[in-house]
Amino acid sequence: MSDEILVMRGITKRFAGVTALHDVSLSVRRGEIHAICGENGAGKSTLMKVLSGVHPHGTYDGEIVFDGEPCVFHGVRDSERRGIVIIHQELALCGQLSVAENLFLGNERARRGFIDWNRTNHEAQALLDRVGLRENPTTPVNDLGVGKQQLVEIAKALSKEVSLLILDEPTAALNDDDSQHLLDLLDGLRDEGITSVIISHKLNEVTRIADSVTVLRDGKTIETLPAKGLSEERIISGMVGRDLEHRFPPRTPDIGDEVLRIEDWTVHSPAQPDRVLVDRATISLRRGEIVGLAGLMGAGRTELAMSVFGRSYGVGVSGRVVKDGVEIDTRTVQAAIRNGLAYVSEDRKRYGLNLIEGVQRNVSAAALGKLSKNGWVNENEEFSVAERFRRSMGIRTPAVSTQVGTLSGGNQQKVVLAKWMFTDPDVLILDEPTRGIDVGAKYEIYSIINDLAAQGRAVLVISSELPELLGLCDRIYALSEGRITGEVNRAEATQERLMQYMTRGQNS
Amino acid sequence: MTTKTATTAATAPTAPQSRLSINLRQSGIYVAFALIVVLFAVLTDGALLQPQNISNIIVQNSYVLILAIGMILVIIGGHIDLSVGSTVALTGAICAVLTVQWGLPWPVAVLLTLLAGAIIGAAQGYWIAYFGIPAFIVTLAGMLVFRALTLTTLGNQGIGPFPDEIRSLANGFTGGYLGNIGLGPLGGADLVSLLAGLLFVAGFALSQWRKRAARLGYGQAVEPMPLFVLKIVGVGVVVMAVVVQLARFRNLPWVLVLLAALALGYSLMANNSVFGRHIYSIGGNLQAATLSGVKVKAVTFWVFVNMGALAALAGVIFAGRLNQAGPTAGTAFELDAIAAAFIGGAAVQGGVGKVVGAITGGLIMGVINNGMSLIGAPSEQVMLVKGLVLLAAVAYDVWTKRRA
Repeated sequence: MSDEILVMRGITKRFAGVTALHDVSLSVRRGEIHAICGENGAGKSTLMKVLSGVHPHGTYDGEIVFDGEPCVFHGVRDSERRGIVIIHQELALCGQLSVAENLFLGNERARRGFIDWNRTNHEAQALLDRVGLRENPTTPVNDLGVGKQQLVEIAKALSKEVSLLILDEPTAALNDDDSQHLLDLLDGLRDEGITSVIISHKLNEVTRIADSVTVLRDGKTIETLPAKGLSEERIISGMVGRDLEHRFPPRTPDIGDEVLRIEDWTVHSPAQPDRVLVDRATISLRRGEIVGLAGLMGAGRTELAMSVFGRSYGVGVSGRVVKDGVEIDTRTVQAAIRNGLAYVSEDRKRYGLNLIEGVQRNVSAAALGKLSKNGWVNENEEFSVAERFRRSMGIRTPAVSTQVGTLSGGNQQKVVLAKWMFTDPDVLILDEPTRGIDVGAKYEIYSIINDLAAQGRAVLVISSELPELLGLCDRIYALSEGRITGEVNRAEATQERLMQYMTRGQNS
Repeated sequence: MTTKTATTAATAPTAPQSRLSINLRQSGIYVAFALIVVLFAVLTDGALLQPQNISNIIVQNSYVLILAIGMILVIIGGHIDLSVGSTVALTGAICAVLTVQWGLPWPVAVLLTLLAGAIIGAAQGYWIAYFGIPAFIVTLAGMLVFRALTLTTLGNQGIGPFPDEIRSLANGFTGGYLGNIGLGPLGGADLVSLLAGLLFVAGFALSQWRKRAARLGYGQAVEPMPLFVLKIVGVGVVVMAVVVQLARFRNLPWVLVLLAALALGYSLMANNSVFGRHIYSIGGNLQAATLSGVKVKAVTFWVFVNMGALAALAGVIFAGRLNQAGPTAGTAFELDAIAAAFIGGAAVQGGVGKVVGAITGGLIMGVINNGMSLIGAPSEQVMLVKGLVLLAAVAYDVWTKRRA
């Protein structure tokens, strides 16, 4: 048997015109813990989905050799049969069912179609012991914390006689103790001969546990390094690359006084009210300024923005929002809008648009009051407003009555922006404003953002793409584990520096 | 910015074609209605379109049509109301108690009954909007609770007879205030009815004309002149044909006047009021509506209050028509109202539908009911056909959506 348990060669994967993976190669040695690092959108999760058969054979180019044999996986079942098990970022457990039922879901311990409960619970107990989880197998999964649920997922993988375990951001949602326990467990599994591939943003964990590290960037393999003696800085420089192209419209900032200040902002998780998602964050925005908010997945960026905007997310929210020196009420969306705030969601289809209505009715949706008298909407005024935005923002649509759902992503995003521009806000929070948008449309969105700032509005841009923040923003805050860990001005900002702030944990 | 190139791209000539296909989808229901009317007119040797029969169709279906108006708003908002049948029974009973037993003047009794309906709607709307229980469950409970309250109120027996005014609201006709005029071979017809019809058509034409002029003033696309004229003439001819037939029989049924007012008012409300727009936005995308500052809970609450009040109106009319409030009144009305809404083009997910569509959907079922009974079909066949029509209507809607 060869030394390498897994070799992926020349993997290319396209989604509707976007190349997510370009000629990616990966080789994993038997019995090691192999970490995959890269920025959001670098292609890590996609690569793992190719490997585990979530993206079936034939939907990608390239070859996969596992245990010396080429692989043709048509689904997750095929890869699991070969001993490859993936644990996704979003846990795939049925909360109402017991631990034991979850462990053997789809793989039931049954006799002639009837569940053998004794065997189920007995074997479940053995698996729980193996992962060091002291819980009764009959406990409903919902009664466990996220850390323990993660262990249930691993136990489930072990029940399938796993030889290659893939973990996508296993510690992203865990606290330090739970993360520690999980990493120790992976260490132990390595001694049992189980190979692990772990995707992680937490570089301190990567350097601690991994044997080798592969860095992806923009859907390409950059390098594979032995982890021994590897510094976090070295990994970061691979993740961010060096070249920053000129893909941003020129702008001369004209920055005025402070317009908005978010002080000591704290948000707790709605699912686990004792878990802090945003921890005493303080952010200040000035007129005409574009401010960035950088942070990795799970750092609390969206949670911060949505909780400020009408308490749309989270529980146990505390802190102050001060506008032009006066504390304002943002406890409801109506109050936030009235006080000149606007929030453009990262998920425009779910949170931003009514896809079955036309452009016109979407543009007016947040400010119908401006178009109505005594509760009656003036549709002709509404039309001219929509038409005005269509022209000024270059929304490509056959007519303003066209259903928004039929437009391209970039044009949909312009409709959302138009909706909020029509409320005439002083402060706009744009959450991932260019997600899922092609390069040309991105340039147009950047131009619109520049225009907004030039009109004297303050813009807070949340983005996973550091080059975007560097190219767009006058000042950038870094958020890590809910805390503001750094603030850099445009002149001093580099990807390396931001990445250091963004990966700075509570303990480091 | 790239305004110039964008504008040229935006005015690309793909518009007329797509607008036409949208029109086809929306007007499918009216075409279907016309075909069904023609079909039964032929099958019944014209009996369907006889003056008295047209009057019957309107009077017999009025309460379902009123319920359908409320139901379409509920469904656009992404909910459902299973309790309206029981609410019809309960409000009918309340109205009977108020007039027959307490002897209150009829206008007071009717107003109090409408208020009772609104309270019933508010009670359910509270649980749905503010407590977050699915409407299906709340109104299923309501269906049982309000039926039980009906039986309690009535003491398990019918109460009647109603005052003449309430009976004539349900069953009566406008008076022949100006006498009859001769219409040649058609015989005599009521002048007031004819004038009312003409006034309605003239008003429709005028409002359409003004709307078109305003749209043109704003540089909006409008339908070509011949199509516009054709539409007005078409509506005018159909309305006048119905009115002439009614005028030849016994003038206009009061419920028709009421229905016309409700249809007009609620259409306007749904399309042009902030409240109506909010209902569509909630049904179209609840989260987006919330994040756009729509007071989702309040809007949902008032939609159910409105449904309750309309159900009470239907309750008064139904009781008045039978001249008695009975314990089994309104049974399965909710199903007719829901079917009318879906046949009329509402979407199960919410966010889509029109008041006029729901009324047309209700009329389609009414015509099928009436036409089939005229040709002597047994009731099980009527039920079968109605079920299949509902399925076909929604299947057509899903099919056109998938193709789009």
